[in-house]
Amino acid sequence: MSSDFPVRSASVVLAQTNIDTDQIIPARFLSTTERKGLGRHAFNDWRWREDGSANPDFAFNQPHNAGRSILLAGRNFGCGSSREHAPWSLRDLGLQVVVSSEIADIFRGNALKNGLLPVVLPEAVVQDLMTRPDDVLTVDIEARELRTPDGTIHAFPLDAFARTCLLEGVDEMGFLLARSADIRHYEDTHHAR
Amino acid sequence: MTASAPRTLFDKLWDAHVVIPESEAAPAVLYIDLHLIHEVTSPQAFTELRARGLSPRRPDRTKATMDHSTPTLPAGPDGRLPYASVASERQVQTLADNCAEFGIELFDMHSDQRGIVHVIAPEQGFTLPGMTIVCGDSHTSTHGAFGALAFGIGTSEVGNVLATQCLLQRRAKTMSITVDGALAPGVGAKDVILHAIGVIGVNGGTGHVIEYRGSTIEAMDMEERMTLCNMSIEAGARAGMVAPDDVTFEWIARTPRGPKGADFDAAVAHWRTLRSDDGATFDVDVRIDAADIRPTLTWGTHPGTAIGVDVPVPAPVDAAERKGQDYMRVVAGQPLAGIPVDVVFVGSCTNGRLRDMREVAEVLRGRQVSAGVRMLVVPGSEIVKREAEAEGIDAIVRAAGAEWREPGCSMCIAMNGDIVAPGQLAVSTSNRNFEGRQGPGARTLLASPTTAAWAAVRGVVADPRERFDDRREVA
Repeated sequence: MSSDFPVRSASVVLAQTNIDTDQIIPARFLSTTERKGLGRHAFNDWRWREDGSANPDFAFNQPHNAGRSILLAGRNFGCGSSREHAPWSLRDLGLQVVVSSEIADIFRGNALKNGLLPVVLPEAVVQDLMTRPDDVLTVDIEARELRTPDGTIHAFPLDAFARTCLLEGVDEMGFLLARSADIRHYEDTHHAR
Repeated sequence: MTASAPRTLFDKLWDAHVVIPESEAAPAVLYIDLHLIHEVTSPQAFTELRARGLSPRRPDRTKATMDHSTPTLPAGPDGRLPYASVASERQVQTLADNCAEFGIELFDMHSDQRGIVHVIAPEQGFTLPGMTIVCGDSHTSTHGAFGALAFGIGTSEVGNVLATQCLLQRRAKTMSITVDGALAPGVGAKDVILHAIGVIGVNGGTGHVIEYRGSTIEAMDMEERMTLCNMSIEAGARAGMVAPDDVTFEWIARTPRGPKGADFDAAVAHWRTLRSDDGATFDVDVRIDAADIRPTLTWGTHPGTAIGVDVPVPAPVDAAERKGQDYMRVVAGQPLAGIPVDVVFVGSCTNGRLRDMREVAEVLRGRQVSAGVRMLVVPGSEIVKREAEAEGIDAIVRAAGAEWREPGCSMCIAMNGDIVAPGQLAVSTSNRNFEGRQGPGARTLLASPTTAAWAAVRGVVADPRERFDDRREVA
């Protein structure tokens, strides 16, 4: 996973606030038992018209946005449900970074587990970046910085553990399994078994 | 011995479940007492377990049900349930296969105790005060009504809990929402939580665990407290909770699977300690006067757009709100009352319990659903269904011209074929009014069971307090 970062890309802008997980992937596409192939349904109802054709007004259908891996989104991105299908679909769509002034808790946790980096920056910074979506931004996990072409550096918060997981490919399940003795001790001391 | 610092209820629950404390380098390892699973968010977690050659660590602490993708119509003449798609049926079967393989208790389509995961766990007595409870579903916050720390998780975390019975978590901040005073007639728990989300905002709870307190909350029964805690996530909160009291213990005493006899007595003695200490402080304190709460609905495309039924829709503050008003076809300056209704949905983990069915029956008794309105009443579980039917509620619902369905999530998430048609306006007792939530193009107004049922009778959004006014009575 370390090879994915730093990310260097121009941005796709979805300025709307409170983009919820039902917009990221509608519930009718959750009847799957797989993680893969959900990118086609990312932002499905904004992206595809009823006849199945592409909505030309939607950012992800615009040719100049093709291949961009950073999303600049309005405040409170990812609110709503716990569906991990949301970050699965965004990763499958080619996104690696979501930048917003606020990112909902469950979505943020799910994103980090799937190599999708949630970057929270002040609202004024996000608004400013949205005016220049063609700028190639550098998102550096190691330094916890987002850099613009003019040399401006925006530091962003990133939990030390999440950073290690992203940089070194540590997975949470493996981390927890390695603590089985502590878990057993907890069970032995807290539960009558 | 020095006196320890006063702790909040959240602090007590957190401290009691820390296996390894958090540090700068790593989050806490938090033990999970009860893991609830359903068909939609678990299959990929089991796939991960198999790929690693693992089995669930504590299948005894894991309970499963099928609810999201399940039909709410009975089996046809061929004995087959009318699933919305082959994929839905396969997803339900996958859960059954996984539970059979790993020895997890499953409330399947043949069980007379099956239902929505957040309805059946409290009903069975699996949900208990002091527990940590998780489920791959954001409305897991419901269980906080019992004084549990309960929150929704993603599928990777479902896998983590299956494999280790633990999660990696950073400690949340705390928020108290204190509601004092008596609620007006026709105003209930759903109005309280919609009002509260309107006050703190759709993101007002982000990063926080909410404790609901005050005389209004103490006067609520368990079903009302579940409605309240259920929608904590709609303010972005990690969890919501209410300190357990005699109301809680009386509920648990009646459950089939809760502790019994001396175990129950010992448990109650412990549960009584589960309350925020005097002097405990919260990161944020919000106070609400119950007298300010009207029958409340939402006008927009997120649950923070809550207003009293007789209050004008506010002017949009930004482009998203303008888009929301356009989508909903509501007009700033006009109240929601009077808007024509196409569909009324009563059910979901928010309002699918017996109390909710009774509220609806109280409104529908002797009245008719307005011509042209489709009304679905979907009990949250087989037990709710049976108890409601024993009281004749199904007959009242049917006589009024509404449909009485089989238990499940149904039109709340619209995964099972129960959908609102494009452009139609639904008054729903569910929890989300996002664009397309109840079907592509569907427009949703969130409301209480009483307000929803009254809208069905009137054919337009209307103030349910009209019922107390003879001049406005509709026969």
